[in-house]
Amino acid sequence: MARIRTTVDGLVYEDDVEPRMLLVQYLRERLGKTGTVIGCDTSNCGACTVHLDGLSVKSCSVLAVQANGAEVLTIEGLERDGQLHPMQQAFHDNHALQCGYCTPGMIMQSIDLLGDNPDPSEHEIREGIEGNLCRCTGYQNIVRAVQDAASKMKPGASATQQSSAQPVAGGGA
Amino acid sequence: MTTTENPSTPAPEIGRDRRRKEDRRLITGRTRWVDNQALTGLLHISVVRSPFAHATIKGIDTSAAKQVPGVVAVYSAADIGADQVQLPCAWPITKDMKSPQRPALAGSRVNFAGEGVAVVVARSAAIAKDAAELVEVDYEELEPVLDMEEALKDGATLVHPELGTNANAQWVFDSGEAGSGGDVAEALKKAESDDDQVVVRRRFRQQRLVPVFMEPRSTVVDPNSEQLTMWSSTQVPHILKTMLALTLGLPEHKIRVIAPDVGGGFGGKIAVAPEEVLTLLVARKLGKPVKWTETRSESLLTAHHGRDQVQELAMSVTKDGRITGLDVRLIADMGAYLGLVGPGVPILGAFMFNAIYKIPAYRFDCTNVFTTKTLTDAYRGAGRPEATFGIERMMDEVALELGIEPLEFREKNWIKHDEFPFTTVSTLTYDTGNYEAATEQAKQMFDYDGLRREQAERRRRGDVKQLGIGISTFTEMCGLAPSRVLGSLDYGAGGWETASIRMQPTGKAEVVVGVSPHGQGHETAFSQIVADQLGVPFDDVEILHGDTQSSYKGLDTYGSRSLAVGGIAVVKAAEKVIEKAKPIAAHMLEAAEGDLEFSGGKFTVKGTDKGVGIQDIALAVFAAHDYPEGIEPDIDAHATFDPENFSFPHGTHLSAVEVDTETGFVSLYKYVCVDDVGNVINPLIVEGQVHGGLAQGIAQALYEEAAYDDQGTLLSGTLVDYTLPTAADLISFDTANTTTASTTNPLGVKGVGEAGTIASTPAVVNSVLDAIRHLGVKDIDMPTTPYRVWTAIQAASGHAGRADEANVASPGAGLGSTARDMPEGGNL
Amino acid sequence: MIPAQFDYVRPTTVEEAVQALRDGGEDAKLLAGGQSLLPVLRLRMADPSLIIDLGGIAELKGVREDGNEVVVGAMTSHYDVARDDTLRQHVALIQEATKTVADPQVRHRGTLGGALAHADPAGDLAAPALALDAQFVIAGSNGTRTVAAADFFEDYFTTAIGEGELLTEIRFPKYTGWGARYEKFNRVAQAWSIVAVAATVKVDGGSISEARIGLTNMAGTPVRARAVESALVGQSASEENVRKAAQAAAEGTSPTADADAGSDYREHLARVLTGRAVLAAAG
Repeated sequence: MARIRTTVDGLVYEDDVEPRMLLVQYLRERLGKTGTVIGCDTSNCGACTVHLDGLSVKSCSVLAVQANGAEVLTIEGLERDGQLHPMQQAFHDNHALQCGYCTPGMIMQSIDLLGDNPDPSEHEIREGIEGNLCRCTGYQNIVRAVQDAASKMKPGASATQQSSAQPVAGGGA
Repeated sequence: MTTTENPSTPAPEIGRDRRRKEDRRLITGRTRWVDNQALTGLLHISVVRSPFAHATIKGIDTSAAKQVPGVVAVYSAADIGADQVQLPCAWPITKDMKSPQRPALAGSRVNFAGEGVAVVVARSAAIAKDAAELVEVDYEELEPVLDMEEALKDGATLVHPELGTNANAQWVFDSGEAGSGGDVAEALKKAESDDDQVVVRRRFRQQRLVPVFMEPRSTVVDPNSEQLTMWSSTQVPHILKTMLALTLGLPEHKIRVIAPDVGGGFGGKIAVAPEEVLTLLVARKLGKPVKWTETRSESLLTAHHGRDQVQELAMSVTKDGRITGLDVRLIADMGAYLGLVGPGVPILGAFMFNAIYKIPAYRFDCTNVFTTKTLTDAYRGAGRPEATFGIERMMDEVALELGIEPLEFREKNWIKHDEFPFTTVSTLTYDTGNYEAATEQAKQMFDYDGLRREQAERRRRGDVKQLGIGISTFTEMCGLAPSRVLGSLDYGAGGWETASIRMQPTGKAEVVVGVSPHGQGHETAFSQIVADQLGVPFDDVEILHGDTQSSYKGLDTYGSRSLAVGGIAVVKAAEKVIEKAKPIAAHMLEAAEGDLEFSGGKFTVKGTDKGVGIQDIALAVFAAHDYPEGIEPDIDAHATFDPENFSFPHGTHLSAVEVDTETGFVSLYKYVCVDDVGNVINPLIVEGQVHGGLAQGIAQALYEEAAYDDQGTLLSGTLVDYTLPTAADLISFDTANTTTASTTNPLGVKGVGEAGTIASTPAVVNSVLDAIRHLGVKDIDMPTTPYRVWTAIQAASGHAGRADEANVASPGAGLGSTARDMPEGGNL
Repeated sequence: MIPAQFDYVRPTTVEEAVQALRDGGEDAKLLAGGQSLLPVLRLRMADPSLIIDLGGIAELKGVREDGNEVVVGAMTSHYDVARDDTLRQHVALIQEATKTVADPQVRHRGTLGGALAHADPAGDLAAPALALDAQFVIAGSNGTRTVAAADFFEDYFTTAIGEGELLTEIRFPKYTGWGARYEKFNRVAQAWSIVAVAATVKVDGGSISEARIGLTNMAGTPVRARAVESALVGQSASEENVRKAAQAAAEGTSPTADADAGSDYREHLARVLTGRAVLAAAG
């Protein structure tokens, strides 16, 4: 067992974990953060994507012990005062989800993408989410949602949207 | 005081691009996937699986596994009676169909690689897996049975020796015998001796696919509630409940099945899975709640596959382009066992090979065969994509033989819009459609003539990247299904659907449906229907589904049936609510029922401004202080709708691809589809269904294949090898709709879930071939990988390849590599 | 999905890591970014008894200039390599190749040193490292030693890193002003390279004065296309010249044959992609 201390979605946790425990299992099984899901065992699907110290990672490919001392942001930590993150809102507005299983990972990766590149082209969006598989949408509305969110998160977009966007866009909570 | 506008006729909900009600919990991570379920005392199971495709089990040693701390039990099949179970097949397609016993765990023989042979139960999934690794199974290998055609030959190794054959069944439709058309043998014979006709014969291969729903399957069983409760990631909670009762001899009223949030299915979760039964058996044996969650690799290996057919088509046609006959011979791979509807899947194609065309003589002959592979069953489209691929590839091939433009050849033979309703040679009656309109619009959106010019220009220049244009003018039968038709096909159930509406005292409506969504957006679309039918606000409607305790009767979701059948049941239930409310409204308004009309949620007395709303009536019957004699104080209603016919969406799909003739790489260039899915309830949802369907159909054409090696080991056993397209592999599609309302249901709807998948595969393959046919290429098997395309170009130009490709995973490429010893000490 | 049990240590210096390797014996495994190791552990294709996590060793991270070389710490992430200004200016080829590795999430965690030490023949960073004549600094209980790229890659998944040793840094000569292109060919975006070509060229007055070309997945190790390099020198970077020179790209290779490609196809791809890579690098 190893002792770890992490901040997840703004709360500090201390736990003893087996070294073999994956971050995604720690989130789901120990913290009850079941919003982050497991879709494969080969790092292809990206459904388990979270932010680790401000950068998107596949939480199946990080050991929980490696997250010791780190800040983790999951899909469950995006809302601010009951207000959806602009990316969550854009996924809803653009019908960018159907079954919703890939959605937490897609949203977390899309936010990361805009952190690096606030005004991506369609091509850049498609490449930016190539580590995330979706079987329902054909990706078209996901691309639209990211474009929509990008336009709303840009400087000069309405203040409320910005205020909820800035704490997490590429920076971690 | 506020001024009010007249709210009596709100804008109709049907046709609005409502954002989905389902989204909120899905975008915030407040989801209820089965694997999220945590019960006190929950135990976890891990299934020990056979690495061999065909082998006798000589012995199982569980002693080491039982020693692992935290292990509760280790069972072989006989320990829990799992070898005695006969998992159900609900579709005996012929009276003499051969049907092997399909156990929940193999007892004495395994028949595909991945079949379960033992199960470990432990306090955590990690411990269960640790112990499963220690179970020693002694196998004696048998010859695998891998090739469908070889398997049918005399002397072939038998998958199930007790059946005496590898043939599951032969199913034939002959229009001469059915009286719906001529004798095809005669038609072909005549054509062969007729100078004005030609006969074109082609052989196509439908590769094996895996549905790959994003949520791996998971089942939790709590045996200790009043009703044994199973949460399962399934498309078919109702069928599962009834089948568990029938299969295990349990009283059906003592079982509750819950399909909570289900992450996709695409047919892959239409099943009574061995692991569902296993979880139940273990939970009952131990009297504790038990969970099984598969890994992705387990899913690829053991959840059912789809497609996998050899197709031989012969079409006779006059030289001026009129089809005179079509003969279809199929061999379909069932895999090692029969799934819930597996044997019937290819048979659905019998009705679709004639497609949108007027074909005077037609015969369909399908032989299902057993092999030592994972079983096949429904995958998005189920039988209809296979048929549509066959006929739409054939239409191009015949057009080429005749030297007629492929779109023109199709038009010469399709049913004209003024010929509906039209009874086809395979005996279905298409109610409505307009193939001319969809095609015209698609051509314009595509700039068909412009792209043909660009294609000619690139050919003239000899560009490295050649352009190809592919067509698919498809139809499908969906809205499964009229119960009488299913009866005539020996299917084990009906095709009706149910809905109930429960009006709350506060006027809200709970709508209980028998269909079981897993991403389709039923909660939103059905709310729109109910809002219009009852005249209540969209937000006042709640759709309940997926729990047999509330949704006590239904036939679940598959075959694009949820709207065209389930949605109509909702309409019928709403009509009954209004009917039941009418005498109460008359009583409240002190008017005769005959003087009332219902509109916008309100009964009004004709010619007056007196009225009462349906939501007020709900409160009135709740109080029940004052209602007419002789009726019950209740306006709730239940309805069952059995469709009189299928519905027949259709569309024209046009694909343009670029083929890099130096490397063989195919890139999507433009994709246009115009689909007629009847009246549209929610255009946003319809568009989303089309997008997703296209991606899956295109993936069959270009990317996906479940391949086995010569020992029967699945090579595409992880998502590294089973290559799904990502956003970076696809393009944005141009989609649109034309509308001819269905006349077989009151909403005029058809069905959209499978359309994109069914139509797109042949369009894309036709476009790939069209790009390089001038180089001498005649055909390429799916998926049309760069290697296959390049090899075809080489062969056409007289360059024989070295052909040393091996049916093995690459020694490099990540996990493909890991079979080899990796050095210790290297950083990873 | 769940790895087998192992012990875990997280040294903070190279010395501690070397000590841990010595203590752990042959069942110890180094964890760099973990993006190849963790999938292997999840599928239980390996079950080391000890994992030595190099993530806590600050000295292994970062990019710095050292005279005529650019030095990249082995634990520098792909993400940091891909956005580093020094590398952009002096070693553009490694950056171009790094941008094509896996996907953004994997690039956030995966490291240059981890990928090179893993030595997957389909991995994208070995061929550019070979083409660039990188030097590999390896630490062990007897101090450090430096191995040239040509000697570093020995076979499939096998490098010159010995037992008890670890890779600490990769030293690249400066190729300031050279054009670079990594031409990657795979079936779908997530797939590994069937073949890829790493090319960097120096163009003076319209003609190629120097060229370095490495091939991915054309043998168990990356292969240098020396015949093409010498054929290019002194040529103008015209399509005709480049394609002609690229015909020698498959010389000295021994590509594997698998379901994605026969060996003849790989050889053909090497020629085509070499032409394209050089043209792009020279353009």
